[in-house]
Amino acid sequence: MIMKGHAHVVGDHIDTDQIIPARYLGSLDPKVLAEGCFYNLIPQFSTKVTPGDILVGGENLGCGSSREHAPIAIKSAGIACVVARSFSRIFYRSAINIGLPAVVCPAAVDFAEQGTEMTVDFDRGVVESGGKSAAFAPFGPSILAIIAAGGLVPFMSQRLVREGASA
Amino acid sequence: MGLSATQKIVARHCGRDSVAVGETVTVKVDLAMSNDMTSPLAVKQFRSAGATKVFDPDKICIVAGRHMPFRDEAFGKAVGLVGEWCRDQGIKSFFANMEGMDHALVPDLGLIRPGMLVCNADSHTCTYGALGAWGLPMGSTDMAYIYAFGETWVRVPETIRVRYNGKPAKYVTSKDYVLATERALTVDGARYKTIEFSGPALDALSVDERFTISNMGIEMGAKTSFMAPDQKVKDYLAARTTVPYEAVYSDEDAEFERTVDIDVSALEPVVAKPHSPDNVVPVSELKGIRVTQVCIGTCTNGRIIDLQQALEVLRGRKVAAGVRLIVTPATNIIMREAERLGLIDEFRALGATINPPGCGPCAGWHQGVLAEGDVCVATHNRNFPGRMGSPKAQVYLSSPYVAAATAVAGEIASPKAVLS
Ligand code: SF4
Repeated sequence: MIMKGHAHVVGDHIDTDQIIPARYLGSLDPKVLAEGCFYNLIPQFSTKVTPGDILVGGENLGCGSSREHAPIAIKSAGIACVVARSFSRIFYRSAINIGLPAVVCPAAVDFAEQGTEMTVDFDRGVVESGGKSAAFAPFGPSILAIIAAGGLVPFMSQRLVREGASA
Repeated sequence: MGLSATQKIVARHCGRDSVAVGETVTVKVDLAMSNDMTSPLAVKQFRSAGATKVFDPDKICIVAGRHMPFRDEAFGKAVGLVGEWCRDQGIKSFFANMEGMDHALVPDLGLIRPGMLVCNADSHTCTYGALGAWGLPMGSTDMAYIYAFGETWVRVPETIRVRYNGKPAKYVTSKDYVLATERALTVDGARYKTIEFSGPALDALSVDERFTISNMGIEMGAKTSFMAPDQKVKDYLAARTTVPYEAVYSDEDAEFERTVDIDVSALEPVVAKPHSPDNVVPVSELKGIRVTQVCIGTCTNGRIIDLQQALEVLRGRKVAAGVRLIVTPATNIIMREAERLGLIDEFRALGATINPPGCGPCAGWHQGVLAEGDVCVATHNRNFPGRMGSPKAQVYLSSPYVAAATAVAGEIASPKAVLS
């Protein structure tokens, strides 16, 4: 699996309140969440994203409240994958669970530039941008299985079907 | 090498004698939870995966008591659907009668016991560590999976040990201990890890005071908090449940990634300045910061002792002009007890507003949202930009003592300064 898109760079310790303010949480509508994405930080963020783009974050991306609306808002805004120096644990888990792969790769954050093209190769474990490349630790088997299924919900469907318990 | 309490709890829940730090394993969940904010998505994901039956309706507890009553139609509808789902699934532990917020409610109902592995779709699930349980914060989709299969994957975390030594001065509380720890560890110093709190100054605290500390593990990035259950915890449980439990303790020679010693005798009341819980300074360093709002409540400091401490300072004094004092008891049990003790009356006489039980304005959702230019001292756990409303509002985090002193002075103040 390879993902390619333009980089959108944000800073360190971007918490989930900044990713999606609480007043948008009443809705599960991806359109509303996309509109609220980075509302206070990057006005009209979703209009600046081409579907498939890559979000590049600093340290501890997605810290704070556990709201899963945060990765959903990012995905709804058109982002396909997130690369950061580090993630908060819950955000990391939730991003993978909703089918937004989260890659820990500090070296790639060092060379990422706003708007330049970036490629994330999940099979080789490499991020490339602007002629530079950096490796990231491959995902463990339980995470790979979820990513391969496209998120935890499809992964869950497959298991329910296997166990004959699906609706 | 001995095992940490964390390793023992994980091992017990994946049917093994021991597990190694860093391993990823599948664990069985003893209690699965979500709330009014996170249940709608969990139920939606459960359904869209095609699941029809929960793994065990008696191991699920849904508390719709945080942001109640409904602020708007959409929210009311979403919670209503969760109620229907609980009925269909035979989930009896569905709380939607304004009981209050889960983190204060479920321990008080005796539903959290030492050695349990509890997953809840909320970051402050680490609060249950004060009872020697492993409370694991999860996302809603994680919960959907757990609701269907009763299990989830975890990476066995390292443990950081925090030891509180010494004896605190008057007006130094467990909130000051944990804010001082924030300063030492920073907002991501314990990322993915368990923080095991210990030490003589912790032992000296009541269980309710300990919840304030375990609650804020997540503000240091921790996966969860843990405290070895002692006699006080056993007494707390004896008053609330007859269900047996098996407590778990770290071995003497367990491997801790590091140990952080904090001498509480050296502490004075502290405050976390905007916009981060680790931006901690002694209250005496803050001069002339006028405030517009003071909030007492939340899963960190919304219990009886917190209300009592606030009143210790407020009693016989006045709230400064231009300050809104907002008190939010965390649960209805606490509200009733506060009424019985006359605390609510005292707050009312001071002109305070008493919110319904729950989270109040903590997440900027209702009942005290801040506008641009507002300056608030809150006993909450988070002050990220925009957390309580406008990103241009300033939120300072403190103990109930400091919050109350600030309400009296109209500017950030130490209780000593106000009382002398
Ligand atoms: S009081 Fe605040 S931090 Fe605690 S559960 Fe409620 S919203 Fe979350």
